[in-house]
Amino acid sequence: MSGFALEGVRIADFCWLWAGSYATCLLAYLGAEVIKIESMARTDPSRMMTLTLGAQAFEGVENSPVFNSINLNKLSVRLNLKQPKAVELAKSIIRISDVVTQNMRPGSLDRLGLGYDVLKEIKPDIIMLSSSSYGAEGPLRTYGGYAPGFACYSGLANLTGYSDSPPNPMTGSTDLMSAATAAFSVVAALCHRQHTGQGQHIDLSSVESLAVFTGDALMDYTMNGRVQSRKGNQDRIRAPHNCYRCHGDDKWVSIAVSTEGEWQAFCEAIGNPEWAGDERFCDAYSRWKNQEELDRLVGEWTINYTHYEVTECLQKAGVAAMPSLSNEEILSDAHFKERNLAVEIEHPVMGKQLVVGPPWRLSETPARVTKSSPLIGEHNEYVFGELLGMSSEEIARLMDEEIIY
Amino acid sequence: MPEPGLSHLKILELCNLVSGPYCTKLLADLGAEVIKIEPPGIGDETRRRGPFLEDIPHPERSGLYLYLNTNKLGITLDVGTSTGRSILRELIEQTDIFVEDNPPAMMEELGLTYEDLKQVNPRLVMTSITPFGQTGPYRNYKAYELNSFHGGGEGYLLPMQSPDLDREPVKGGGLVGDCICGLSASMATLAAAYSMVATGVGQHVDVSKQDVLMTMVGLDIAMFANNGIKRNRLRWPVLMPTPMKCQDGYIMLSVLNDREWRDLVEFMGNPSWAQDDRFNTWLERHLYSDEINPRVREWLQQYKKEEIFHQLQAKAIAAASVNTAEEVVKSPQLEYRGFFAEIDHPEAGKLKYPTAPYKFSRTPWRAERAAPLLGQHNEFVYCERLGYNRQDLVKMRESGVI
Repeated sequence: MSGFALEGVRIADFCWLWAGSYATCLLAYLGAEVIKIESMARTDPSRMMTLTLGAQAFEGVENSPVFNSINLNKLSVRLNLKQPKAVELAKSIIRISDVVTQNMRPGSLDRLGLGYDVLKEIKPDIIMLSSSSYGAEGPLRTYGGYAPGFACYSGLANLTGYSDSPPNPMTGSTDLMSAATAAFSVVAALCHRQHTGQGQHIDLSSVESLAVFTGDALMDYTMNGRVQSRKGNQDRIRAPHNCYRCHGDDKWVSIAVSTEGEWQAFCEAIGNPEWAGDERFCDAYSRWKNQEELDRLVGEWTINYTHYEVTECLQKAGVAAMPSLSNEEILSDAHFKERNLAVEIEHPVMGKQLVVGPPWRLSETPARVTKSSPLIGEHNEYVFGELLGMSSEEIARLMDEEIIY
Repeated sequence: MPEPGLSHLKILELCNLVSGPYCTKLLADLGAEVIKIEPPGIGDETRRRGPFLEDIPHPERSGLYLYLNTNKLGITLDVGTSTGRSILRELIEQTDIFVEDNPPAMMEELGLTYEDLKQVNPRLVMTSITPFGQTGPYRNYKAYELNSFHGGGEGYLLPMQSPDLDREPVKGGGLVGDCICGLSASMATLAAAYSMVATGVGQHVDVSKQDVLMTMVGLDIAMFANNGIKRNRLRWPVLMPTPMKCQDGYIMLSVLNDREWRDLVEFMGNPSWAQDDRFNTWLERHLYSDEINPRVREWLQQYKKEEIFHQLQAKAIAAASVNTAEEVVKSPQLEYRGFFAEIDHPEAGKLKYPTAPYKFSRTPWRAERAAPLLGQHNEFVYCERLGYNRQDLVKMRESGVI
């Protein structure tokens, strides 16, 4: 097996919840050694419960498919940071690490004596990521939040949903998007350190990590004073540009026609119905202006076929179409299977689990899933013993004292 | 002025629309030198897509183009011509990273695959961002953001908490579907560059937009295999899952743990309905959320969103106001962090741009230059970098190569 892109990078990881955990999971896919520092005194809530599977509490701390899916490839040690001795041990881990990551409320880690100012004294070229809802400075720095709140405050929720319905904060994906942003910033800092030898602190705002995805709407306001609102699947000029009901139970296909050439190809593919030659649809502007009527007519055609049939027919003609896929359909989709995006792994407690791995194919240093999420404290022995050189007696004593806890 | 973070990396971009240009914008904003290649005469398609400054369509005044191409150098080159391709290969020799987003079949036809280009530059990192990746039965399928988003599985789940399935699933707002793919590609590209600097070995990074979007709902996908749970956009019992209406807009409340619930109840003045024993645990509050949500909604009627946002946050309850673009631009928090920066552009003038969500203590986000005019840096790149003379440039322009 070939090496990893981030081989040799060690991360002392204080992250938890989705936005934190997935950030370091992405880095672990790329080969970073991520040591998750957690404790029974402050258990990651995603080990214990979820809203995603329907509100559900898991038995114990080792039965969460949610935790598993966003903590793959990581190691775990237990440290109860309320104990000063545990803070010292955390510093020892940081001393042999390249990166420290955390997403507690701004100031929390500083109060534990693990702020960037302290850490850069211990390890001058350390890279530290602090991810929070609104950022580490500013009037709202103490404000807390979760994914839906990020989507709301960022302006993204206001642009998501039907024009005549309330704003929608999307799914928990927004947490993972913030995580991807955090992981990107860490790799950028690693590249800078590789070139200059310098470490630095990164202060990331989850709200802003979503606001940048609405750049066109923000520019429309700063340029023209216009406040855009949500408009379902509609585009600012393309039409047809929507999801259309297909044969079956809640089956839909997305169709997007952009150029004149694509419109001609689309008309031909659907058998040149009489209405296609209509003046109401004769050019891009007319189609956009009359899109409600156009959508209705397109829907009358799609309903006769499955979403896969429509997709195949239109793609053959060079028109962009794709089913709106459900989770069930994705798993049996031919393309999905061939891309090997999902892999089955063995979890020591839950047994076989399917997980969705990294989204990139690196030809020489493939990013990959190497193991399930760690049991809490699973790597105490390796980290405290092998890496820090502590004896088994000492580790046992610290466990008794609930420092390694 | 500190040196920007990625100033040692030279990047070449052959991309159009949003994902690819956003991928390299992130790197240009952090100091990498990005040369963007556009087709002669017409340029990137975003030049013809709005929003336009003062609503007057103009290829140099598209807010979308201006936003996605900050800090880049811009050249024109027709890679459809044989001379154009040979110039491209000359550029590849001087490049660390090549980012492209063209159909795989087209790159094969043009002799511009990674296998071809690594002969020119063995250390090259090449990233290909395509709707469905370089392999698999859909590799030559076409997709715009709408199709990618729905093919990625999240569209089917939106709008989350729909009352019924009568209406169509929708895509996420703004540019979210395309930008997350650009961001994800950018991370993998940088990781490959990190590896190249460490080992001297270049590589190809194959990014499928569908794969990226699927990973954003990976848990939902896996849960069908692991737990047999089918997902759709229909509502399921969650405590206050979506923004609720107040006097002048919407407010989102995230009340997860017992402490937050107790504090909320106290803040509401301990109403009798909230004293119900069935609401004591986290799990029950979700199960009986049908009884709680309407009460909270009703209670919120008396508030303005800013007022209730700050009052609840003062109690450490994770509330968030639903902001419009105007409110985002005017947010004192984002203002304090310098999230918007003014950049001057020769055609569009001084405008406020969103910058980046991260603040690096040593290598700040830069606004060194606005997006390039079409072909603005032809002379710099072709003459100074590649050694062509001015006369060559005239001929290449006349023949439509640049």
